[in-house]
Formats: sequence, structure tokens, C-alpha cells
Amino acid sequence: MVKYIAKKIGTALLTVFVLATLTFFLVKLLPGDPFLNEKVPQAVQDQQRAYYGLDKPVWEQYLTYMGNLLHGNLGTSLKQVGRNVGDIIKEAFPVSAKLGLAAFLFSELVGILFGILCAQFKDRLPDYILMVVAVLGIALPSMVLGPLLRYLFGVKLMVLPVSGWGSAKQAVLPVFVLAISGIASTTRSMRASMLSVTTQDYIKTARAKGLSPVKVVMWHQFKNSLVPIMTNMGVALASIMMGSFVVESIFLIPGLGKYFVDCVTTLDYPLVMGLTIFYGAFLVTANLIIDILYGVVDPRIRVK
Amino acid sequence: MEKNKILEVKDLKVTFHTYAGNVQAVRGVSWYLNEKETIAIVGESGCGKTVSIQTVIGLNSSRTTDIQGQVLFEGKDLVKEDMKEIRKLQGDKMSIIFQDPFTFLNPTMTVGKQIMEAYREHRKVTKKEAKERTIEILKLISLPDPEKNMKRYPHQLSGGMRQRIMVAMALICDPKLLFADEPTTALDVTIQAQIVDLMKELKTKIDTSIVLITHDMGVVANMAERIYVMYAGQIVEHGEAREIFYNPKHPYTKALLESVPRMDNRSDTPLSSIPGTPPDLIAPPVGCAFAERCPHAMNICRKEQPAYQNFGGEHIAACWLHHPECQKRLSLRRDEHEQQ
Repeated sequence: MVKYIAKKIGTALLTVFVLATLTFFLVKLLPGDPFLNEKVPQAVQDQQRAYYGLDKPVWEQYLTYMGNLLHGNLGTSLKQVGRNVGDIIKEAFPVSAKLGLAAFLFSELVGILFGILCAQFKDRLPDYILMVVAVLGIALPSMVLGPLLRYLFGVKLMVLPVSGWGSAKQAVLPVFVLAISGIASTTRSMRASMLSVTTQDYIKTARAKGLSPVKVVMWHQFKNSLVPIMTNMGVALASIMMGSFVVESIFLIPGLGKYFVDCVTTLDYPLVMGLTIFYGAFLVTANLIIDILYGVVDPRIRVK
Repeated sequence: MEKNKILEVKDLKVTFHTYAGNVQAVRGVSWYLNEKETIAIVGESGCGKTVSIQTVIGLNSSRTTDIQGQVLFEGKDLVKEDMKEIRKLQGDKMSIIFQDPFTFLNPTMTVGKQIMEAYREHRKVTKKEAKERTIEILKLISLPDPEKNMKRYPHQLSGGMRQRIMVAMALICDPKLLFADEPTTALDVTIQAQIVDLMKELKTKIDTSIVLITHDMGVVANMAERIYVMYAGQIVEHGEAREIFYNPKHPYTKALLESVPRMDNRSDTPLSSIPGTPPDLIAPPVGCAFAERCPHAMNICRKEQPAYQNFGGEHIAACWLHHPECQKRLSLRRDEHEQQ
């Protein structure tokens, strides 16, 4: 088990390294220059570039950056003067994380529950209704659903605040909007997985013991249906964390989203790098945990 | 001694509704089981033996399946009984050993838990009592190191051990009725022998009535007191085991017996098999279902179903060859032959 985890961690570190390298050179390939400004004299611009080390050859910049990264230093922002990239993440990420994780947990729990219901009522009314909802959830992008729900609950019904962050009420709409596509895809895969387990022979064994249908589903069908869902969880988490950028800007939530969008357009190299590496590491870690959790669900995958 | 019928199946018909049409898997089957008796239902794959017993223990839901006839057990007709009442019997008073220990065990649950599940459901005992009973039953089926093995998952056990687990699972509540659906088919030959020995040993230790389902006449010879031979959803012959083995009347029974390899055969004797395939049960033949494959088939066989002929005692067979009219003509023809 230790060997297995060590190997996984090694792969994870390699992934982050490749990600950092690729991002570094890709950002440099973007046209333009962070300090290009007609109103600023050329000498000042040169001084700015020299201050941030941007006048050196790209490979040298790369080596310096990677050296700093090894010491956990993500550099300072070019545009948010004097602010450390690490500090920006420390300040804004907890907001994004709360929103993202709440939406993730909500989408998995509701999706699994809906999937079980669909499978139990296969080809009957509850199944049809939930599948229509699932298709809508996948088809409706959050930039459409977000404003619609804000209008309905915030303006027409006046039951929920239209924007902001801090209270539980303010979290309801963004979490829901962010979770809806996850709910939809989890519902679909849980339904399919439950149905494929229904026809397994061991379900017949369980029924032959005289267990009630609810017990057969809970003790025998549920756990065996979870493996495909877990495979999907890493992807689901990634898409929710990325989706949160859009939702944050719709609901004016002070998370990392706005930095992520702004830093690319303003060519704030250290911030782009810092955020990419941070998110990369976050998702790689999440996948690592999911890999280990596999064994909890299915003993056949458990590693000695 | 007066024998008590513990289970009686009367004219059971099971039809599955599928996209291809209605499959008449069981077409009017009647049989009974006495207390503490072992009977066997034999026939080749697809003849309806598994379907008929799964229907008897209530595993075919009436929502997708059309079930007719009667299944009488303890004064109740299980076909008409509420599913809730049937669940009280399942796993408690009647249980089943399934065919394949590789697919019929839940891969994500320890075998111990799977064994005690029925006991905890029906007896409402504590976890500790259930565990004690599980160890007791594992000792009965002679599984080595029960306390350690009950904490294992199915994939950590060998095929023979898994089938023993299946047996333990079926026996934990001391059932009155035990169904064994081809309990040895999925195992390799040496393990098959072990399981057959185990079943024979258990028969002397417990008071359960057993219905054994198999296509292996070798297993039957060892265990069953009476035999029902099934073909294409019907019973074609029934009698005491000795009668069926030494005095088979139906051509299908004879063919089945001939297909058992014998130790005294020369090694170059080809193995005997029954040519052809069983009929399509979506549109079963009007006459005798075996006629197409029968070496003795006559015109009447394809036109009309044969009635059961009695051969003394409980021995019956459904075949036109044994109809009095046919017998008369056959003997006439034999006489003519001799005169020429």
C-alpha cells in the first residue's frame, strides 16, 4: 500500500512539473508584453522589465522560476503591485473552495440519489421526469441558468439575494447553479451503473435470502454501483472548480475566478503560473485521494 | 410409514414476455416432494428446470412474468401469496444453492456477512449470535479456519471454498426446503466430487428436503430417491431413481443416460450425444417436443402430445411408443416379420 501511494505521489509530482513547464512557455508565446504602454516612456518600461527579470533569455527565466517554485515561492504579481501570488491565493481560494466543494458534494449526493431513484423506477414516470431534468442540466450553461434564477428568486419572488457572499442564503443560488451539470451527469451514470448491477447474479442471491427490495438496493446494489461514479468524481470536481469562475463572476463572489480571467488578459505571468500550478496540484491531489478510496468501495482493487 | 408431501407443484406454467415474443419456458409441470426426501429434476440446458424452481421460491416477479398453476407449501399457494409473505419464507424455510459461486456472491461484501445476512433478517438475533451460528455452519460444511475465512472477500477464496460458502448461506436458517441448482456445474471435476460428497454428508446430518437440479446423471445417481426428467418445459418421465436408471421408458431419458461416459468403455468409443437442439419455446411444437430429435419418431408424434403412460408404481412417461395402440401394432408387425 505504501509503495502504491508513493508511486502515485511520484506520478502526481511529475504531472505538476509538466504542467508548470508547459504553462510557462505557453504564456510566453502569447503576443504582447505586460508593460507595453504608449503613455509610459521607453526607459521606464525597460526598467520595469529589468526589475521583474523579463529582459533575460526565456530559458534563464524558466530556471529561475522553477528554482523559486521549489522553495514554494510563486513570485509577485506584475499588476497587483507588491502583492505576492501566494497571498492572493491564500486570500481568495477559501471562498472558491467553499463554493466548489459545497457544489461538488451537493451534486454527488443528489446525483447518486436521483440515479438510484431512476434505476428503481426505470421506464416509469419518476425516471422520465428526472432524465428530462438531467438533460436540461447538461444542456443549460450556467451563464443562462444563473441570471434566470437570479431574476426568478431574487427579483420576482424576492426570497434569495441576487449576489454577494458570506451568508448561507447568498450561497444557495451559486451552489445550485454550479452543481446542476454535475447532478445531471452523476444521475445519468449512477442510473446506468445501478441498472447494470441489477442483472448481476448476486442480486438474485440477495433476493433469495428474503431481503426487502430496499435492503437489496442498499446493501448489495449500491456499493457495487459506486465504482464508475468514483472514476468520474475527479473529472466532476475539476469541471466544478473551473465552472466556479463563471458562477463567481455572475454572482459577484470574491473568489479566485476573477484573478484567473484577469491575469491572462493582462499578461500577469507569475499570477497565471501560480494559479495554474495551484489548481493543477489541487486536482491531482483530489484524484490521488479518489484512487485510494477505490479500494474502500471495491476490495478487488485494494492493493496490498 | 405415511409419507408427508411437503411441497407440491401443480400444472405450473411460466411465460416470459420478451421483445422476440412470449417464451413458454415452463409448460405445465407437476411434481411433489416428500418430507426429508431428495428428488432430482434432470434435463439439458434451457429445458426450464431452473426457471421452474426459481418460480417456486418466488424469484420471478409476476410483473414481468406470467405464472399459472399452484405451488403448495405449508397450506399456502405461493403463486397467489403476497410478495411480503414469500420474503418471510425465502432464505428461512426455503433456500437455494445457486449454480455459479463466482457470480452469485457479492464481490464487495465479506463472505461471513453474506452468510449471516439471512439469519439476522429472519431470526432477529444480535450480531454476536449470528457470528456464532455462522462459525457453527462453516464447521458443518468443513470450511478450514472459519473465523479467518469469514472475514475474507469472495475473490480471496477458491472455487470450491466459494461453493461451500454458497451451501453455508443456504443452510444457515435450517431450511425445510433446499433447492440446489446445478451446484457442481461451474466447478472443475475434482472439486465437483468434493461438493457432491459434502451434499451427501449433509443429507445424513440435516432434516432438509432437497430438490436437486442437474444435467449430470452421475450426481443424481448418488443422491436422489426419485427423478423427474424434463424436456422443453415439460416433464417427460418420472419414477424412482432405480426405475429411471435401469428401466427408462422415454427415448429422451435413454439418450441422457447414454450420454454419461462410462468407465468400462474402450477409449476409442466415441462419446454419445443427443443430435439436434431443443425446440424454440416461443412457438413450441404441437406434438411431442422431442419428436424432431427422436430416433423412433412416428407420424403421430408430430401431430399430438402424448399422454402419460403408467409403468407400475410411480413410474410414468409421456411417449407414444408406449401407447397401447402403438404397442399392439408393433407386436403385430413383429408377428408378420416372424411369419415371413
